[in-house]
Amino acid sequence: MTNKISLIIKREYLTRVRKKSFIVMTILGPILMAALFIVPTYLATMGGDTKTIQVVDETGLFAERFENTDALIFKPLAMDIEAAKELFPRSGDDALLYIPMTELSVPTSAFLYFDTQPTLVMRSTISNTMRREVESLKLAASGIEPEIMRSIKSSVNLMTIKLHEGGKEEKKFSEVATILGFVSAFMIYIFVFMFGSQVLRGVIEEKTSRIIEVIVSSVKPFQLMMGKIVGVGMVGLTQFLLWVVLTLVIVAGVQTAFPGKFQAPQTDQMLVTDSRIAGPAQISEETLQMDDSVMAQIAEGIRTINFSAIIFSFLFYFLGGYLLYAALFAAIGAAVDNETDSQQFMFPVTIPLIIAIVMAQYVINEPNGAVAFWFSIIPLTSPVIMMIRIPFGVPFTDLALSASLLVLGFLGATWLAAKIYRTGILMYGKKVDYAELWKWLKYKG
Amino acid sequence: MEILQARGIVKQFANHLALDKVSISVKEQSVFGLLGPNGAGKTTLIRIINQITAPDVGELLFAGEKLTPKHTEQIGYLPEERGLYKKMKVGEQALYLAQLKGMSRHEAGKRLKWWFERFEIMNWWDKKVEELSKGMQQKVQFIVTVIHQPRLLIFDEPFSGFDPINVNILKEEILRLRNEGSTIIFSTHNMSSVEELCDDIALINKSKKILDGAVKDIKQEYKSNLFEVSCNNLNGDLNRALRAGFNIMETREDNELLFYKIQVPEGTKPNELLQNLIPHVEIHEFRELLPSMNDIFIRKVSEASATASKTEIANNL
Repeated sequence: MTNKISLIIKREYLTRVRKKSFIVMTILGPILMAALFIVPTYLATMGGDTKTIQVVDETGLFAERFENTDALIFKPLAMDIEAAKELFPRSGDDALLYIPMTELSVPTSAFLYFDTQPTLVMRSTISNTMRREVESLKLAASGIEPEIMRSIKSSVNLMTIKLHEGGKEEKKFSEVATILGFVSAFMIYIFVFMFGSQVLRGVIEEKTSRIIEVIVSSVKPFQLMMGKIVGVGMVGLTQFLLWVVLTLVIVAGVQTAFPGKFQAPQTDQMLVTDSRIAGPAQISEETLQMDDSVMAQIAEGIRTINFSAIIFSFLFYFLGGYLLYAALFAAIGAAVDNETDSQQFMFPVTIPLIIAIVMAQYVINEPNGAVAFWFSIIPLTSPVIMMIRIPFGVPFTDLALSASLLVLGFLGATWLAAKIYRTGILMYGKKVDYAELWKWLKYKG
Repeated sequence: MEILQARGIVKQFANHLALDKVSISVKEQSVFGLLGPNGAGKTTLIRIINQITAPDVGELLFAGEKLTPKHTEQIGYLPEERGLYKKMKVGEQALYLAQLKGMSRHEAGKRLKWWFERFEIMNWWDKKVEELSKGMQQKVQFIVTVIHQPRLLIFDEPFSGFDPINVNILKEEILRLRNEGSTIIFSTHNMSSVEELCDDIALINKSKKILDGAVKDIKQEYKSNLFEVSCNNLNGDLNRALRAGFNIMETREDNELLFYKIQVPEGTKPNELLQNLIPHVEIHEFRELLPSMNDIFIRKVSEASATASKTEIANNL
């Protein structure tokens, strides 16, 4: 019997992988993705001309520490920040760095006002310089031995704020977490839709070509349904892995072809972006210290586990979400005679998925809020929403709850779908409504 | 020995009873016809035998043991709603379907080659199904039904939708397969094919079995004691020459011969009629008229509906 499921999986897999459309998608996808990586990096490192940065340093500790380079010139200003902000738009300089005074006199936050979007190099130079300075100050102040230096490694929360004329400020966190979360959530959304509807079309094809009854005289309808879902899911995974590999190959190829151009300061960027976001005024002595240790842990975490955790959870939510929706799509395919008729049932099934992707923007802004919590728990939306939350750090209990509910969700959906499927596939030329589906659920064997 | 027995099968769908305590028994190496008007429950019974749906009540035995999923490999099924994957190549598809019936890839390949050569369709192997004509697809469909050499073959309305050439091939193959040891169940409306092919039948009407048995026994049972004579008249009026109780039901003239249909009382021997006729006519042909399966079918079904409507009226009163 398992032998027959594997035959079905093999057929579903091979017929799809051999299709022209699959091969075209597999080649086009990575080119687009690589472009997505390369073009912004290229643009970020391009800005070849010298940038001038005004520095307002209330602490007086950093202003002289910034070293001028070919690309960056630092210009300390002897005025308060309000005056500097006033003058900045007309100064013709590129950015205004503000390091506020804090109670400890050791700031971990700074603000970079800009006119033109600051380059990665500019941002990492500033934050690295400041971090080094803060660390050496702290080391000196507390006489910490070099062995534990690493454990108190600090990071700087660099806030980039676009300063419009008239003093209007707009925060911009072009953060890796945001991008990572959104990209993986969106990928799950696209994959679930793409491969879910392949399952739907596959079931409808078997119905309209009338081969279904030939096959269910050899295997159980459930075996056929699961074989199809698993086979198509493996096509999805294959496509995904090929995309990742080919994208890396293309990116690596471009990097070797143009060395030096694309050495984006990956780790520093992560450090900057993963900091907690809080205004300098709210940072009390305690939270500052606590933040330091938390930051150090997170920084370590990013270096060691975070990426593998993200990849692992991506695969989990991708598979979970796919299995859940594919089962529902299979049931819809079985209930209708053609794709046009499937719309009335597709609508309620896809609504949660669409809501999830719409809510994504909201969840990014508040990754630990109540909305984010609930949407990342409910199995129909959790594959998308949880992927947005994960790069920001999710409590283990949330993750465990969400994951187990997703497993329960797809088991339930499969059970439900199997009942509709086995009745539906043998019904031809019958307009089916919800009352009819309800009856099918109650049929025996 | 019975290859298949169904006992007291009941299947209830939401709003109607599809099968009401239906029992059939199919002898090994025979052709069994499952007859009945549309919607009688034939396809439901066939699906139950194929274990596509399960009965609510009743049991099924395959060669004496309880029917289980392992038996699907010994059953070949050609459904009424049939088809193939349109985009898949013929050979690959046939291999796939044969393997689903439990054959090894190697064995399936060998058997398919034999069948494809027999039907002279070897050059279709790498064509997609959608490139074949309807008639060609029917041949492929037939091959994938019988490829695993099942002991029991089930054809649901095999003659509907097949073109006349394929219908003939199908008939020949059905008889050949039976002679080689297979058992065939088929459902049909086509009564002439029943007379040609079937050893036994069961007639299902409105979810109930109303008649079953060997075709020749049923015909005997439903005969109306009619004989047909074709002859030249020698002298006088045959009507007056016939003994009391012998009645001419129909007379027609064709090609200078007279054809009479004569009804005789129950229990009359053919020779009694002949003796009565010989002095008066020169006989060219003499035969007993047995009812066609079609007549019996129509008679039984209308009887059943008459009873049903009487019961209904009675119930309403």
